[in-house]
Amino acid sequence: MAAKPKLAVHKFASCDGCQLAFLNLGEDLLMLTQLVDIVHFAEAGPVDLDAPVDIAFIEGSVSTPEHLERLQRIRANSKFLITIGACATAGGVQALRNFAKGNEWFASVYAKPEYIASLDTSTPVASHVKVDLELWGCPVNGRQVLAATRALLFGVSPVEEHDKVCLECKRHHVVCVLVAKGIPCLGPVTRTGCGALCPAFGRDCYGCYGPAENTNTESLGRRFEGLGLLPEAVVRRFLFINNAAPAFAEAGKRWKER
Amino acid sequence: MPGNYLPRASFQALLETLQQTGYRCVGPQLRDDAIVYDTLRHVGDLPRGIRDLQAPGQYRVEKSDCPRFFAWANGPQALKPLLFAPQEFLWKTERAADGRLRFVAAVPDAVPTAVIGVRACDLAALRLQDAHFLKDPSRDAHYAARRERLFLVAVHCTRSAPTCFCASTGDGPRAEAGFDLSLSELDDGFLVEAGSDTGRGVMARLPLEAASAGQTQTADAEIAQAAKQQTRKLPSRNLQAALFANLDHPRWVDVAERCLSCANCTSVCPTCFCHSEADQPTLDGAGSVHARQWDSCFTQGHSYIHGVTIRADTRLRYRQWLTHKLGSWHEQYGRSGCVGCGRCITWCPVGIDITEEATAICGDTTHV
Repeated sequence: MAAKPKLAVHKFASCDGCQLAFLNLGEDLLMLTQLVDIVHFAEAGPVDLDAPVDIAFIEGSVSTPEHLERLQRIRANSKFLITIGACATAGGVQALRNFAKGNEWFASVYAKPEYIASLDTSTPVASHVKVDLELWGCPVNGRQVLAATRALLFGVSPVEEHDKVCLECKRHHVVCVLVAKGIPCLGPVTRTGCGALCPAFGRDCYGCYGPAENTNTESLGRRFEGLGLLPEAVVRRFLFINNAAPAFAEAGKRWKER
Repeated sequence: MPGNYLPRASFQALLETLQQTGYRCVGPQLRDDAIVYDTLRHVGDLPRGIRDLQAPGQYRVEKSDCPRFFAWANGPQALKPLLFAPQEFLWKTERAADGRLRFVAAVPDAVPTAVIGVRACDLAALRLQDAHFLKDPSRDAHYAARRERLFLVAVHCTRSAPTCFCASTGDGPRAEAGFDLSLSELDDGFLVEAGSDTGRGVMARLPLEAASAGQTQTADAEIAQAAKQQTRKLPSRNLQAALFANLDHPRWVDVAERCLSCANCTSVCPTCFCHSEADQPTLDGAGSVHARQWDSCFTQGHSYIHGVTIRADTRLRYRQWLTHKLGSWHEQYGRSGCVGCGRCITWCPVGIDITEEATAICGDTTHV
């Protein structure tokens, strides 16, 4: 029998929440270990940072000089590279610092800022190396990481999810919160994958799965204004978890200029 | 002559008769700030005195002292999800011990269901869904199993929402056919009419009283009033020629600037039937389930064919929806795919109005 494919889970600037998509799998985690060799996954135990692997998952954004260098090594050692979550895929909520002067903040927060080695920006992995698949979400869930892994084990391309959250709301019998409650839901521009989690609990989607395909942020932003949001509040809707994702970044910029 | 008047205090008898006959009762109730259809155990579950306030992109409910259970126009869904399931498994594959693949069809399983409070537009939409899903040779076993076990209690509309336009499509507000029982709601009770043998059987078991001529007149007048309340309309019942003559109309660009391409309209539309199918493998790779789920002509996947998305932008997607719904449906099903329920207007997050767009694109076309 051929050796099992090797898998690694790496971490960059992040909260570790996406790695829980693996750790919370329950019995499926045992099945996963029968299908692949998990050679590097520091949070779970195995550490072999430079092991050549078939599949590498990366959590977290590129935020320090060390990240830049480590990312190149991971790319060179990995056949198929998958980013997991808003940080690795779009720079994360911490990319808000791209709008500010990061070094001035260090001086005001840290007594000895010279100990902090940080880049001025927080950027997605794809800004630095080729990424083979992006899994969106804050955090991603077990279904997403397993579906991607299973597809690769079959030797086929993983199915990309890029429809809008609205479709999932309707399939789950969730009443539209924007229409029935008048709250500024980002579902009409946000990528599906969460199972319409927030609207199912009566709150508005805040876009943690990033932009869907073919978004119309201009029209939705105007609707938010109609609901009573001031332009700066519209900006904050778009510039949040996935503020550096191009569709949301551009929307935020447009509404800032009003 | 036996009576046909069911006092409001006896409405629970209708639910109990249906339950004793073996039906799960489903009916309108207030949930998450909207009228939704769900399992109905008791008359107290009905949205007594609730009114809906509908406008493009907006739905609100308000409570009133009105004793009526059906003093509202409609909610986001009615029959469609009960028959055309939003998500369901069609078949699965298993790897047998000898290594061969086995294909196992999902057995259609349907609980006999009685739906209380079906509107005329819902019945018109049901006829179109039937035409789609029950047509041989591609009759859908899952839809058919649920359809065969369905008992329909219609309620004539006595109040139209500002978004309703069923009078212009010829589908309401009176439920003319396709029900087992129909109800006209008055302040103190209901006038009952049977539309099928099953309905007559249920009706015979109800504690009915004689209706007065005045009650019948009041009921008819209220339905007529509901038709008169409607202000929206489509320019014609057949817009096929007008739409296809205007494929390059600038209004398609205009509506695409507003449209979110979010598929809310097609999801709440009671006649839209598009779906996608996908295989979901088990983690060990030994099997998979083949699932069907609601899709929409507003998604990228809907027009994806071998590496190319045919309708990549919103202008083409909206045009596809409208020219199919109001145009080429005539060729497919002998009528327009719009029953005038107005759901696509209310539940569009940005309030795009199909009657306004159709009128802008087709002009004041008057040929029927």
